[in-house]
Formats: sequence, C-alpha cells, structure tokens
Amino acid sequence: MTTTSPETISAGGPLALPSGEETRRNPLGVFARPTATEGWRSWITTVDHKRIGIMYGVSSIFFLVIGGIEALLIRAQLAAPDGQVLSADAYNQVFTMHGTTMIFLAVMPLGAAFMNYLIPLQIGARDVAFPRLNALSFWVFLGGGIVLNSSWLLGGGADGGWFNYAPNNGVTYSPSRGIDFWNMGLMLTGIASLVGAINLITTCLNMRAPGMKLFRMPVFTWMSLVTQFLLLFAIPVLTAAQFLLMFDRLFGARFFDVDAGADPLLWEHLFWIFGHPEVYIMILPAFGIISEIIPVFSRKPIFGYPFMVFSGIAIGFMGWGVWAHHMFASGIGPLSVAAFSVSTMFIAVPTGVKIFNWLATMWGGRLRFSAPMLYSVGLVTMFTIGGLSGVTHAVAAADTQQTDTYYIVAHFHYVLFGGALFGFIGGWYFWWPKVFGHYLNDRVGKVNFWILLVGFNLTFGPMHILGLQGMPRRTYTYRDGYGFNLWNMVSTIGAFIIAVSFLIFFWNIVRSYRAHKANPVAMPADPWDSRSLEWSIPSPTPPHNFDISPTVHRLDDFWHRKYQENAQGKLVRVATSEEIAQKGDATGVHLPSPSYWPLVISVGLPLVAWGLIFSLWLCLPGGLLVVAGIYGWVLEPATEPGDHHGHEDHGPTTTDDAGDAEATADAPAEEAAPVD
Amino acid sequence: MTDLSLSKGDADAAALEQASEARAAHGAGVAYADGEDHDHTLTNTGISNPKLAMWVFLGSECLLFGGLISTFLLYKRNNLAGGPTPQELYDIELTSISSFVLLMSSLTMVLAVSAIQRGEHQRLRLWLVTTAILGAVFISGQVYEFQVFVKEGMGFTTNSASSAFFALTGFHGVHVTLGIVMLLSAVMMSLRGRIPQARAEAVEIVGLYWHFVDVVWVLIFTIVYLIP
Ligand code: HEM
Ligand SMILES: [Cu+2]
Repeated sequence: MTTTSPETISAGGPLALPSGEETRRNPLGVFARPTATEGWRSWITTVDHKRIGIMYGVSSIFFLVIGGIEALLIRAQLAAPDGQVLSADAYNQVFTMHGTTMIFLAVMPLGAAFMNYLIPLQIGARDVAFPRLNALSFWVFLGGGIVLNSSWLLGGGADGGWFNYAPNNGVTYSPSRGIDFWNMGLMLTGIASLVGAINLITTCLNMRAPGMKLFRMPVFTWMSLVTQFLLLFAIPVLTAAQFLLMFDRLFGARFFDVDAGADPLLWEHLFWIFGHPEVYIMILPAFGIISEIIPVFSRKPIFGYPFMVFSGIAIGFMGWGVWAHHMFASGIGPLSVAAFSVSTMFIAVPTGVKIFNWLATMWGGRLRFSAPMLYSVGLVTMFTIGGLSGVTHAVAAADTQQTDTYYIVAHFHYVLFGGALFGFIGGWYFWWPKVFGHYLNDRVGKVNFWILLVGFNLTFGPMHILGLQGMPRRTYTYRDGYGFNLWNMVSTIGAFIIAVSFLIFFWNIVRSYRAHKANPVAMPADPWDSRSLEWSIPSPTPPHNFDISPTVHRLDDFWHRKYQENAQGKLVRVATSEEIAQKGDATGVHLPSPSYWPLVISVGLPLVAWGLIFSLWLCLPGGLLVVAGIYGWVLEPATEPGDHHGHEDHGPTTTDDAGDAEATADAPAEEAAPVD
Repeated sequence: MTDLSLSKGDADAAALEQASEARAAHGAGVAYADGEDHDHTLTNTGISNPKLAMWVFLGSECLLFGGLISTFLLYKRNNLAGGPTPQELYDIELTSISSFVLLMSSLTMVLAVSAIQRGEHQRLRLWLVTTAILGAVFISGQVYEFQVFVKEGMGFTTNSASSAFFALTGFHGVHVTLGIVMLLSAVMMSLRGRIPQARAEAVEIVGLYWHFVDVVWVLIFTIVYLIP
C-alpha cells in the first residue's frame, strides 16, 4: 500500500493541517516537527506510547526509591524507644512525604506505565488516541513530582499526613511552605492523571482492532479502563478541595478557617470522596496484571472472565459509596456511621469474587512457578490478609479502637505493598522480555521474591500487634516500658530486608542486561506461551506495533490460534506463535511525529506553581511558556517536515471474516487514526 | 482461520474494499479543495476521538463543579467572620438579564455549527463572533457584580460564604472566558481557511464545551441566586 493511494483513509484531526501545502506556508520554522528517533532528543520529544510507558516506569521507580528511603528513616527512628534519628518536626515531614510519594509518585504512575505500554498493544492499536497528550501527561506528572520533592530543598516538606486534614493544613498550624508544595505538586499530577484518563478512555473505546469487542478485551485492559474512569471522576474532587486550600493558604480565603466558622469536615469529605476510589485506582491495575499472569502460568483460561470484568466494574461503582468509612472517628453521626459501615462490607463481595476466580484459575492447572507467577500468588495471599483486616475496619465499633494505630498502617501496607506493588513487580518480570528484548534472570527473581516476602511480613505483620496494643501512628517516638520495643525492632529489621530485596532486584536488572549484551539471544515473540495480542508481535515491540492490524474473533484469540480442540475435545497445539504472527512489510505505516510542545507546556506549569508559592513574578514566564506551548501545539504541522502526504496513511488493516457477523456488527472494522 | 493465510496483497485488497464500504456507510467522504478525503468517524463507537474526548472531559468537569457547588451549599449562610452574605447583596434582575444573554449564546452557537455544516463560512464567523460577544456581555455583568459586592463590603476573604460564592461563580467565569478564547481562535482559523466544511466537527466540539458551560450556569444560577 503506497502512501499516496487515493483509497487510503485519511487521518487528520480537526486541528491537523489539511495538506502539506500549509506546512510550507507556515512562516515560523520553529513549528516544524522534530524527527529524531535516537539519542536523548528522541526521548524528550517522543509521543510513542511505549517510550512514554518506559519513562513513566523509570520515573516512578526513582520516586519509589525516594519514598523507600523515607520509609527507612521512619523505621530507623522507631527501631527503639526514644529514637534520635529524626526530630518530631522532621518525622512529620518524612512520613507525610513517604505516604504522598508512594501513592502519587510511585504506585499510581507505575499503573500508568503498564497502561501506556500495554493498552494499545492489547487492543491491537498503533498508538493511543492522542499521542501528544500522552507525552504531556507524562511530563506534567514529572513536573508535579519535582515540585513536590523540591520542598526538601526549599524549606521542608509537607507535614500534615498524606491526607493533610483541615485545619492542620492551614497556615496557622502548618506555617512552613511544605503544604503549598504538596498542594501544587499534586494539582499537577492531578492534571496529568486527568489528561491520561481522557486519552486512555478514548483509546479503549475508539481504537480497538477489528473484532476486538469490549468483552474480548484482556482483563488488564478492562481493569485499566475502570481505573481511568475512577481517575476521571475522583481527581477533580481532590482538585476542587486543593483549589480551596490554595485560596486559603495563599490568598486568605476562609474555607478551612475554623475561627471563621468553617467546617473542617468539608475537607475530609472532599478528600475521601477522592481518597477511597484512589485505593482502587492503585489496586485495580495490579489486579489486571495478575489476571494476565495467572492464566498463562496455570495454562488455563481465566476462570469466569465476565465475573472478572463485572466485579471490576462493580468495584468501580461501589467505590463511590463508602468514602466516609475513613471518617468514623470524625463525629459524622451514628446514622452515617452505620450506613457507611454496611456499604463498606458490601464492597468486599466483588473483591472476594476476584480472589475466588484467581484460585479457580489455578485449580487443576499445570502451574509453573516462575518469578511473575510467584509475585502474583504473593499478591493474592498478601492482599487477602490486608482485605480481612480491612473488613475489621468496616465494623465501626472496632474501627474506633483501631483507627490511628499501627493496625491501620499494617492494613494498608498489606493492601498497597503486598497488593499493588507485588503485582507490579510480577508485571515487570512478565513483560520485561516484551519491552527490552531479554529476560530478567528468573532464579534471581525467585530469591528476590522470597526475601521480599519475608521482609515484608516481618515489617508489617508485627504492626498488627503493635496497633492492637495501642501504639499510635504518626507519633515520632514511644517510651520504653510500653511493651512496644520488641515488635518495633522486628519491624525495622524487616524494613531493611525489604531494602535488600530491592537492591537485589536492581542488581538483577543490571546483571540481566549485561548478560544479554555479552551474549545476545534473539527473544521470541511469545516467550511464556501467552494469550493476548501483545505477544503476537516481535520482542522488543517495533515502533509501529503491528505490521497489520490484527483481526480478533474471540476472547484470547491469539491463544486459540495456537491451540485448537482435536476430535477428542482435547486442546492441541496447531501453530507456533511465529506462524500466527501477521507479518507485513509495514512500509505504509505512518506514526505520529515527535513534538517539543508537551515538554514546553510542562516546563511552564511548575514555574507557575513555584510562582504561586514564592513570587507571582515567576508565574509570568511560566504562564508565557504554557501559552506559547499551546499555541505551538495547535499550529504544529501534523507531519514531519518534507513528508508531503504522510498524515494520511496509518498502514494497512485487515478485514474481518465475512462469516463472523458478530465481530463486524460491533466494530466498523477500520483502524481509527491517532489525531493528536 | 482463513485470514491467517491471507497474503499481504489480499489483505490490502480487503482493507481497501472495507474502507470504501465504511465510507459509503458513513455517508462521509466530503471532497476537499485539495482533493483529499477527510473522514474522521471511523472509530469503534462512530464518534470521533476528539469529540469523545470532549465528552469524557466534560464528565470530569461535572465533578469539579460538584465539589464547588457543595462547598457553596455548606457555607452559603456562614458569615461568622462578619460582613454580609451573598444573599443579602444579590441583584436578581441584573443577574437574570446576564443569564438570559448567556443562554442566548447557546442558540447562536447552534447557528454557528449549522452554518459550517452547510459550508457557509461567512455565517460561521458571524455567529461565532456573536456568541463570543454574548459571552463577553455575561462576563462584564459578572465583573460589575463582583465589583459592586466588594464595594458593599463583601470581598473574597470576608467570610466563608463570600469565599465560596466567589470561588464558584469565579470558576465558572474563568470557564466562560476560556470559551471566548476558543471561539475567537476558531474565528481566526476560519479566516485563514483552516476550518473547511469537512472540519465542521471542530466547531461542534467547541460548541459542546460552550453548551456545557451554559448548562452549568443554569444550575449555578438556580442554586446560588434562586433558592433562598
Ligand atoms: C519499604 C517499604 C515500606 C515501609 C518500611 C513503610 C513504612 C511505613 C511506616 C512505618 C508508616 C507509618 C508512619 C506513621 O504513621 O508514623 C508508613 C506510612 C505510610 N505508608 Fe509506608 N512503608 C513502606 C512502603 C509503602 C508503600 C509501597 C506504600 C504504597 C502506597 C506506602 C504507603 C504509606 C502511606 C499512605 C502511609 C501513611 C502516611 C501518612 O500517615 O501520612 N508505604 N509507612
Ligand atoms: Cu476507603
């Protein structure tokens, strides 16, 4: 298919230029699109969803390390009674920044990393719906992370807990600027999440390959879609609250000024209407990841695919009705407490459904315990423990005893670390070959897993006991003789074991890379004998993803092409993945050109944020950069310089079988072209 | 499994056939001055990406306004820090008029969209400019109102009620202002020939935003001004 064929479907969006003519007429040469495909410039201008996924991954691991160091500081301080490592003030900052960093800069963007990389591949698309917006989302996220952490250098971090309750978040009780950094930084990451959500929702709904009906999407993509809807509706509520806080702190408004009769519960409600869905935003992508891993390593299809999907959707909906279980101790009244207590119990049901489906998938399967599978099973068990202690919080009477003790700290680390993070690490081992073209060493991975599991349980298991003994959280030290000494020491030792396991993981990355360099072996497309579309294309993934857009006939289409039932009803292998791979020459494939503008806008935004905190003068250059960025973005030609008709063709696509009426009915079997 | 054995050439032929079918089905394929064909509706949902994205974005905006509206409802009588509350100062007549003006702008927006769909560029610009002017009248009304309030002793920081009032209505005002910028940009682009009939959808998308902002104002006007 040649680029100039009159039959090709055009791909310009409403803002794209109608033809190459316009490009030449453009008086300002600066608007020519950059073209670098290698070197650092190609990374800062990239709009390729795979590279953006990788950049998300790298930055979140960087922030994970920062958050981890903060965790170690906390544990060092609490190792023994009357700890001297941190002052009370520093302690407040460190645990606040630890929680904030882990949630907003490590776990959430790790989810985004997987989603950016995998969603287009799993639905058979060439890219996301808006490639430049995707780059913008990453850079704004990074800017937000930098603003947040710049507080360490510019006068100290936020100190009100990751939820920064009013009135502690006001200037009266937190006169340092830490909370302003927190506020601005998280507004930026909020913008990033929102832009990402709009992009990925559009991608999932609009960019599926022919025949890829919604109910044929892999579970990971489904869970990501639910997550994006949660983000879409949760983030604005936090942003609204943060606006109010910003007005209060920077411009003297009276939203949280209790002296002026303001209601501190306003902040709590707004925060937790965001905050509860947030926990599902963190955990659902990890659920999706292990829902891909477990079937592959059990050599069975996922048990109860529709239940998996619907329980995810149910969690998404029910997540909105339970926020006040975080407020049982705030005096919201007995009726509210009872109502939220009951609604919270109900949300355990769809989560339970998921757990039973994973177990049923493994049941009777031919299990292979490679590293990805170990982490997935680790998630199921650790999350179940965390889920059970979660149900005990739903009992309001018990919660009034447990709240603000280490019991809570234990609970949410089982859920967020034993849940979300275990899933992500499993995902790294699983998709590493697809992304980088070589394995991570599996044996090291297993050692890594067991050390992590031991360290994890040593760290957070004893916190249950400490909590029930009454050790308060967010208190910088404790006295000798309260009976807290032993378990705190155990917990601190556990934390350092976790640190060691991460060091092993990083070493594994370096080691595996070196081994691959020294002795390069071509990575097969489908090393684990998997089920979804991303395994049908070469590893590492080529820039254009698919030579030919795949056509999908059923759930796990790729798998069913490899295995079919014989006369006895037994599954037998009929094709290798190499035979199935749809190969074309991919010459007609045109990918969106790189762009500087997302980066320009994202440099402007932190300047505005710092400007609001320090001096409005700084807002001026920041604002100018943003406006210039938007202007350049809109006027940027759709194609790279010299490519006259390039934006028309996005490569050949196949049609569906005429016989497969189902598929044709659902999807107008033509690839939607990225427009942005 | 037949499609597996499709040779490259077959696949291409099939794709082309499909493409022309799809185009016929969508009734699109409007010819361009440059002879190119620009059809943006070939997506799974039949809605183009930018339009779907705008819908999704407006969904999230609902929650943002929801947060601010709840805040206002909570604080609307709270003047413990002294000073008047917004209710004591309202000039319903003035606001009703400017609300009416804003509502009319939705009408002119509809006319703008239908003009470009019929390929009437002159009309498109006329209605876009009219819409922008109506929006600007509304904003001037708001600025005037704010300034009167401040004169009468109710500033942004006077009490919780005033903070909530200015935050909510001001936030809406910023949205209208952004809308005006979008309208004027569309006029500029149209003048430079960058909104051909086949791109009527770009105007439609701006229109979606504009209608949304109007509808939200109806809600705010009812909640803030009409309900005692
Ligand atoms: C090396 C691993 C980790 C250790 C040793 C650790 C330790 C701790 C400790 C001791 C606290 C309690 C601070 C206090 O209340 O005084 C805490 C708080 C917290 N941690 Fe972790 N943590 C780890 C990893 C994580 C991860 C992966 C997350 C994921 C989201 C996370 C999220 C939080 C949150 C949200 C808080 C609450 C902070 C606050 O109250 O503001 N932690 N962590
Ligand atoms: Cu919750």
